[in-house]
Amino acid sequence: MLFVYLIVGGIFIVALLALVYRILSLIDVAKNSESKRVGFSNTVNAFLFIVFFVVGFGGIAWYSGIASENYLPVSASDHGLLTDRLFWITTAIVFVAFFLTHVLLFFAPFLFRFQEDRKALWFPHSNKLEVAWTVVPAIVLTVLVLSGYKVWSDITSPAPKDRVEVEIMGKQFNWQVRYAGKDGVIGKYDFRKIDATNAMGMDFANDKANFDDFTPNEIHIPKGKNVLLKIRARDVLHSVFMPHFRVKMDAVPGMPTSFWFVPNKTTAEMRTETGKPDFNYELACTEVCGSGHFAMKFKIIVDEPAEYEKWYASQEAWAVSNKDYIKTLNLKDVNLADLK
Amino acid sequence: MATVDIQAHHHVDNHGDHHEEHHEHHDTFVTKYIFSIDHKMIAKQFLVTGLLWAFVGGTMSGLFRLQLGFPNASLEWLRPLLGGWLTDQGKLDQEFYLALVTMHGTIMVFFVLTAGLSGTFSNFLIPLQVGARDMASGFMNMLSYWFFFASGVLMFTSIFIETGPASGGWVIYPPLSALPQAMSGSGLGMTMWLMSMALFIVSSLLGGINYITTIINLRTNGMSFTKMPLTIWAFFITAIIGVLSFPVLLAAALLLIFDRSFGTSFYLSEIYIGGEALSNVGGSPILFQHLFWFLGHPEVYIVLLPALGITSEIIATNSRKPIFGYRAMIGSMLGIMVLSFIVWAHHMFVTGMNPFLGSVFMFLTLIIAVPSAVKAFNYITTLWRGNLVFTPAMLFSIGLVSLFISGGVTGIILGNSALDIQLHDTYYVVAHFHLVMGSASFFGMMAGIYHWFPKMYGRMMNDKLGYVHFWITFVGVYAVFFPMHYIGIAGFPRRYYSWTNFDFSNSFVDLNMFISIAAFVTLFGQLIFAFNFFYSMFKGRLAPANPWRSNTLEWTTDRFPGHGNWVGEIPTVYRWPYDYSKPNSAEDFIPQTVPFSETPESNFDYENEMIALEKEYK
Repeated sequence: MLFVYLIVGGIFIVALLALVYRILSLIDVAKNSESKRVGFSNTVNAFLFIVFFVVGFGGIAWYSGIASENYLPVSASDHGLLTDRLFWITTAIVFVAFFLTHVLLFFAPFLFRFQEDRKALWFPHSNKLEVAWTVVPAIVLTVLVLSGYKVWSDITSPAPKDRVEVEIMGKQFNWQVRYAGKDGVIGKYDFRKIDATNAMGMDFANDKANFDDFTPNEIHIPKGKNVLLKIRARDVLHSVFMPHFRVKMDAVPGMPTSFWFVPNKTTAEMRTETGKPDFNYELACTEVCGSGHFAMKFKIIVDEPAEYEKWYASQEAWAVSNKDYIKTLNLKDVNLADLK
Repeated sequence: MATVDIQAHHHVDNHGDHHEEHHEHHDTFVTKYIFSIDHKMIAKQFLVTGLLWAFVGGTMSGLFRLQLGFPNASLEWLRPLLGGWLTDQGKLDQEFYLALVTMHGTIMVFFVLTAGLSGTFSNFLIPLQVGARDMASGFMNMLSYWFFFASGVLMFTSIFIETGPASGGWVIYPPLSALPQAMSGSGLGMTMWLMSMALFIVSSLLGGINYITTIINLRTNGMSFTKMPLTIWAFFITAIIGVLSFPVLLAAALLLIFDRSFGTSFYLSEIYIGGEALSNVGGSPILFQHLFWFLGHPEVYIVLLPALGITSEIIATNSRKPIFGYRAMIGSMLGIMVLSFIVWAHHMFVTGMNPFLGSVFMFLTLIIAVPSAVKAFNYITTLWRGNLVFTPAMLFSIGLVSLFISGGVTGIILGNSALDIQLHDTYYVVAHFHLVMGSASFFGMMAGIYHWFPKMYGRMMNDKLGYVHFWITFVGVYAVFFPMHYIGIAGFPRRYYSWTNFDFSNSFVDLNMFISIAAFVTLFGQLIFAFNFFYSMFKGRLAPANPWRSNTLEWTTDRFPGHGNWVGEIPTVYRWPYDYSKPNSAEDFIPQTVPFSETPESNFDYENEMIALEKEYK
């Protein structure tokens, strides 16, 4: 019913405005205000650009100040420090360009607003100027490209041999994580082996390395060590996003991807630094994957290396917690009693 | 002959309104307004359809901004409109939220900013500004509109089906879009999306081929390529980009149709969904992304270049000053055209694509900033020391330049693959492309409407309402999109129904509310335009022959030009379109149809030499 009132009310208001408008425009015609080439509104519009400039940049300065604690969460990875620095340098450069061009763009209207007795300058081209503003941006961009290239190739270089591996699999609508277990090898998987229990499709029949793998409910990684994320998806595209580590990589069905980084602040350190005692690193999905896309949360904990080792050793293998499942596989060469 | 005509137009502002007598054959209602082959009517069809779509797409953004700005509010009052798409608690359904986002993107990019902008102004201005009676093929042109119309009908219908319209984002990445098990929008809604888009591509190709052919073949006497207005150059380059890239989207869509309906595995591999392992192996979802962005990135320029062309024309006219660096403008557009085809993978830095490829695309992407920067500087220089008349079209053009810069500079950050890692698929990207592509192109479209409305409908729009519309919209889009940079830097991902699940994104509640309110105000501000547009169409003041004192050919036609555009001979062109405020000239503009022999006082030396050649043009 409210809806009907809204529509009727809207029509009424529009009709009223149309009537007012009609009367005003008839008055306008009667006063013949169109005889001059430009009216007073030309000056008003020109002036408004300056007002807009002042209010706009004032607003940016003011809000950037009060919001600074919320944007760009503290970086907690080695490469994050590099990308953050590059980000702020680039931001400074482009903001200066943005500001200067807008000084010209928003003051020109007022300075050069129409005057009957003035004639515009005939200035159709100038090779000097055109070369200048082709070359200067080209040089600035070259510098930015090269510094970006260096950081990018470091980040995407192959992971060092000495590393901790974590397998992350995205599915609608949560993450599954797997570690190698005692043998240090993450077992092979096969998407045909996936079922309600074995969500990651561990291929027990063809790879014994699966038997000691464990699948915890939170990711633990050691501070200061190389961490390699082996990323895959089992249904649609997902994307691994760890905002504090400046990590993002799509999870693609049928095409495993990876990303390696070095976390450099433990969860405890981060809690002290941010002043939030319940702070936790988080993993989110950034590739739209369906209705639950916005809720694919997974907790990440960065430990001191010693704590991490202790945690790692204390985890029970998936196969041990799911002996009944292993039994149903009817594997000939596996003795259930050996699983512990 | 032509010259005499022009002079008459200058001095008699309100010359007769007797367009009817110029009609050589009598049109019926159907041939005049529906199945018209007159490019001007087809342009208006594109325009009105595009504006209606803009209304639909804008309303959708209002709906999801309600959710994002006021996540706890009850939307029960919208139940008459949304019905089952509201949950029992009166909130938007999560999947419907994604459907809204998807449809908003599709509608705005394709139906409003491609068809509504390029379709309208390429159709309207190409024959009028190059001096042709109509498009090379009026019939194909008519087909172009009706394919677009059919495409729109399909897309519109898909909004009302039970399983909902396509919901996997406007980029429709498979496997999400390929598997009905993955979300309900990937069922019939997706099929209709693909069919609609196939029709749209046909429409776009029919139009594009026509634009190119007309510009190459049907220019009037004297209209060499270097005398063409920049609008025409922009439409020409846009059409070339479209003709080369849209077929690739068709290919991508066809393969997706095969995967969806005929059991192929172009994009599908190793998938377990809905409790079963699918038999598809060997496909690659990344292949789709490559094909999609091979259109998708040039599409950005298909949307933007016409707006830049329109702006060039309007800024020069209303600055009463020649466009600065005419040839540099053409050169930068050609540069953008070539580069637009080789930067697509910057949308894919973190898809698992080979990092070396990422480096190459980063390099190419940042190169494209150079011609873009040249264009921005040239606009500012054109304004500098001009004699500026602030018509609503001029305001929107200046607004466009501002948005083009503010949205463009963040492209330098996003195009840097190292920085894109953090910012990819966050609100930073949303801010970037809504400013540089969405808003800038929309401003170009508005500028074009205000500027050419007198030629389209023979009447003037009200300029005071135009000013109000501009300032609400200009302040509005900045209030909506600028704050998104902060949210994006904080890492808020796109296409999230709600951010409160995560600690890192459990902030900026006030700012999101502010953005939503700004969006509502901006959307309502467009009603001022809608009123002005439709009211002026019927009741506006009759337009003078050349209301903006412009140089280009379209202003030499009658107030209500009939099919064929010019009564009698098509005027001959003698000079470039930017002779504004030429030294020693009495008037501050000299139309293209005025020969050099008539303006000895203002000719430069090389122009005096041209006088001898003028007879040959006849």
